[in-house]
This record gives sequence, structure tokens and C-alpha cells, in this order.
Amino acid sequence: MSGPIVRIAAGQGFWGDWLEAPVRQIQGGPIDYLMMDYLAEVTMSIMQKQKSRDPKAGYARDFIPLMERILPDLVAKRIRVTSNAGGVNPRGCAEAVLEVARRLGLQGKLRVGLVSGDDILDRLDELIAKGHALSDMETGRPLSEIRPRVLSANAYLGMAPIVQALQGGADVVVTGRVTDTGLTLGPIFHEFGWSPEDWDKVAAGTVAGHIIECGAQASGGNLLRGWRSVKGMANPGFPIVEAASDGSFVVTKHPETGGVVSVASVSEQLVYEMGDPASYITPDGVADFTTIRLASAGKDRVRVSGIRGRPRTPMLKVSVAYFYGYKAVGTLVYSWPEAYEKAKAADRILRQRLADLGLEFERILTEFVGVDATHGPLSGPPDPDLPEVQLRVGVRAPERAGVERFTREIAPLVLTGPPSVTGFAGGRPAVEEVVAYWPALIDRREIEPHVRVEILEA
Amino acid sequence: MPRAAKGTSRPLQLRYLAHARSGDKGNTANVGLIALRPEWYDLLRREVTVARVARHFRGMVSRVERFELPNLHALNFLLHDALDGGGTISLKTDAQGKVYSTALLRMEIPVPTTLARRRASKPA
Repeated sequence: MSGPIVRIAAGQGFWGDWLEAPVRQIQGGPIDYLMMDYLAEVTMSIMQKQKSRDPKAGYARDFIPLMERILPDLVAKRIRVTSNAGGVNPRGCAEAVLEVARRLGLQGKLRVGLVSGDDILDRLDELIAKGHALSDMETGRPLSEIRPRVLSANAYLGMAPIVQALQGGADVVVTGRVTDTGLTLGPIFHEFGWSPEDWDKVAAGTVAGHIIECGAQASGGNLLRGWRSVKGMANPGFPIVEAASDGSFVVTKHPETGGVVSVASVSEQLVYEMGDPASYITPDGVADFTTIRLASAGKDRVRVSGIRGRPRTPMLKVSVAYFYGYKAVGTLVYSWPEAYEKAKAADRILRQRLADLGLEFERILTEFVGVDATHGPLSGPPDPDLPEVQLRVGVRAPERAGVERFTREIAPLVLTGPPSVTGFAGGRPAVEEVVAYWPALIDRREIEPHVRVEILEA
Repeated sequence: MPRAAKGTSRPLQLRYLAHARSGDKGNTANVGLIALRPEWYDLLRREVTVARVARHFRGMVSRVERFELPNLHALNFLLHDALDGGGTISLKTDAQGKVYSTALLRMEIPVPTTLARRRASKPA
């Protein structure tokens, strides 16, 4: 690895990640880009719900106070940001960033790139009428089956609009449903001026993006191998990619931070959420994870090279969220002696009462936390002398009423069931609306002409 | 427990030979199983078969697929219908399959007796 490098630092791995991370990435050493991924599969539907109540909402609200905290440093150090914090309202998000910039006196010093066109909710009927079935990739069912219950629909965009925004001078790029990996690919391709059809380079940037898109999960967080020896996790160093012009890169973190970047930590992140490793498909190309070479390159440095790719497919993935039904989960804790026996007896009584009430559910699931909740039947027979067991019962149904009634059947067990029961201080369990995820594919020619990039001045 | 020729091999839990991370895609959980030492990858490839993993998870998953990553000394398993509907639908504590990784590490495979003796106290 020689010549110029581009440093891309992960700031957030999901909506709800450690709020100090982006600040420490900026202050802990030199970086060129701060990449912040906010969108998980069903995040868009939560944001859609918020937007339907308030047209100015619908994006990751945490992003705004965070930008308020870091914008002066970003401008002073000329660090640029790529983020899909825009959710279903990237314009609202971009305008809120501009407002903050003006309040901080950064007029004329900050440009926000706004990427839109991923949202196809208003075009769904037109697309279905044109013959796009938008079938569920797992079940093959056509979208028309659930069309009236659809809450949000977004195509996954790749790096192209981000590259365009950076070329237009954007300091902060705010997008809707851009892939996690596109947020890293964009800066690398912009800086090196690579052709978007250099498939090995696309694959390399995709792998870089995959490694850092979950934040500290690549740098010691959730690391199983030797977890006891991972030090300093009160101040974990989030991962940083140092990309080189030959397509190779180094994964590292700032000095004086906790955690670890090792072949083991990077390997665990590489296999996370993996399907067929030879075909990691993104809007930008197909990466072959079986070609990745990892090598330790010093303390907290792992060199990644050798990555091969193939051309992008003609399709883009679409993420549809739809209303599914209702669910609730109730818990009670039973203590020694015979804790497990008591919890099992309570479950039997509860189920009998639900049946006597004539309640029907699509699913009732009982787990005994401390006995079998994480590994099911693989857990083996429990210790007969367990100090306590938590009974955890969940129900799911298309209608609200039965689920609502279920939530009123937990607390009565305290005085009408087995003894030595506690842990009900939280009150009745909440009835949750279930919004489900429907992955589909669409011809990219239906989406790409609608993608828009705007550069807005503070 | 897998059958093993007496004397030459003994069953050993995968936790002494590999580390792992799991995640989800819809109602499918994936488990990436990574050899603790490169030289054990071939042993994993030979012994951690689709049939054995399917038997290990019987009643918990509908179908198992396996992919090889010799470059990472790793195998990737897809466990279909493992998550009670997956994502937001699931009622499971582990709705996103985060700890299927360690559930796989419970599995035993036959390994040379000398290796079993050497590893028995050294989990990932």
C-alpha cells in the first residue's frame, strides 16, 4: 500500500448506537470522512409512521443534536459526512442540518447534499400496474396481497448519488434508503475517481463498507474470540478504513481507545448477516467474499486485499414495510426453590385461562429465561437448584382485542398462581403494532431516472 | 453425539475449535463459524456437515445450507425458518438470531484424541 489514502470512520452502526462515537472519531485523530448508518430493515416504517403524524419528522432525529455538537469541528477539520439519517424524509433532515449550521454561524461554510428518489410509496400502484409484482424474495407472494397494508416502500440506492453529491461540493450528504455499504463506497470512489464499472474496486469498497457499517462490532464489540482480553470497552475505538488507491485497505481505530482490531474481530464482522459469500449483492456490484485476504499489519491494524467482484445486476432491492398485526410479551420471575417447576405451572394456568376465554392467537410462545430462552432444546436439562427463572410468554394475532386481553392475564397470576413470584413492577405489558418487512426486487431502470441530488447552502 | 472410532478420536464441542458470529435475514439466521487456528479449518469442513448441523438444530430450523470460505478459515451456515417469522414478527428473545452462533458451538464433532485432550480446557 502506497500513495494517498482516504480515511473513512464509522460513527454510528445503527439508530441508537453510542452517541459519543462520532465525536471521538473526529477528535481522536485524522479522518477524512465520517460515515453514519442509521437504517435497519424496519426503521423506515417507524419513520413513516412519525412522518404521517408530523410532516417535518420521518428521519433519525438524533442526527440533528449530534450535528450541532460536531459541525464546528467538521468544518474546521474539513471532514465530510455521509449518512442515511434522512430516512423517509431526507429533505426535512437536510433542512434541519442547515438550520443548525446557520444557528452556529456557519453561513457560507457548509453545503448539504440531499439525495432523494428512493421513496416509491406514491408510485407503488403505478409500478404494480406496469407489471412489477414486487414479490416477496423469501416467499414469492406478490405485493398485491398486502398492498392496502403497505406503510413504506423504498428502493436501495447505491453509491452513485453520494459520489455526485460529493463532486458537487457537499460537506454533509444526507440520504434516504442508501445501502450501508454505499455510504463508504461513495467517498472512496469520489476521492480516487475510479470507474463505477471497475468491479474489483466496487467489491473492495463494498467489503470495506460491510466491515465498518456495524460500528464497534468490527473493533472488539460483541467479539466472541478471547472476549475477556478485550480491554477498554468503556471507550471503544470505532473502526476506521484507510483506503488505498490500489483497492486494498487497512482497518484500524484511533490510538488511545479501547477495543481491538484484529484478524479475529474483522473475520467475525465479515461473516455477520452473510448469505452466499461468493455473491454479496449490492446496487453497485457483486462482491466475492471468498477472495478476501486478511493480514495483521501491526497493533490494531488489519490489511484487507485481493478482493474480486462482478458486475452489478439489473435489479435493485426494495424494502417494503407493511402492517402485520399485534403482539405482546409478558414476564414474571419465580424464585428458588423449584423455580422452573413454578414457572411451568404458571404457564399451564395462563394458557388454560386464555383457552377458556376463547382467545385465539396466530402464535403463543413460552420461553423460560435462565433455562431455554436463547438455545431452546439445545440447552439441556436445567440445574434443579436454579435460583430463579423468568417466565416469558408472547402472543401474536391479526386483531388487537385478544392481544389486549392477554396483557391483563399476566398480573393476576401473582395472586392466583404458583408461589414465590415477583418482577411484575413494570405493570401490564404493552400491546405492540407489528410492522413487517417485505423484501422485493425491481428493475433499476424504474428507479434510477427518479434519483435526485441537490446541493443546499447554509 | 457423532460416532467416532474408539481410541483414535473423541467428541469435542466446537467451542474449543472455532469462534462464531450470527445474524439474520428475514426468517433465516446465519452462523459464520471460524476456525480458531487455520490448520483446523479442514477438520471443520470435513466434520461440520450440513446433515450434522441439521440434526443439531432439529425442530428449530427447517433447512440448512453451508458455504465455504477457505480464505477466512470459515464456514457459513444458513438456518432457514429459525426465527419465528423473524425481525419484528418474532416473539423469540433472540428474534434476530444473535446467539445462534453459540448454539452451534455446543455441537460436538469427532476429533483426534490428542487434539481433544489438548483443547478441552481452552474455549474461544
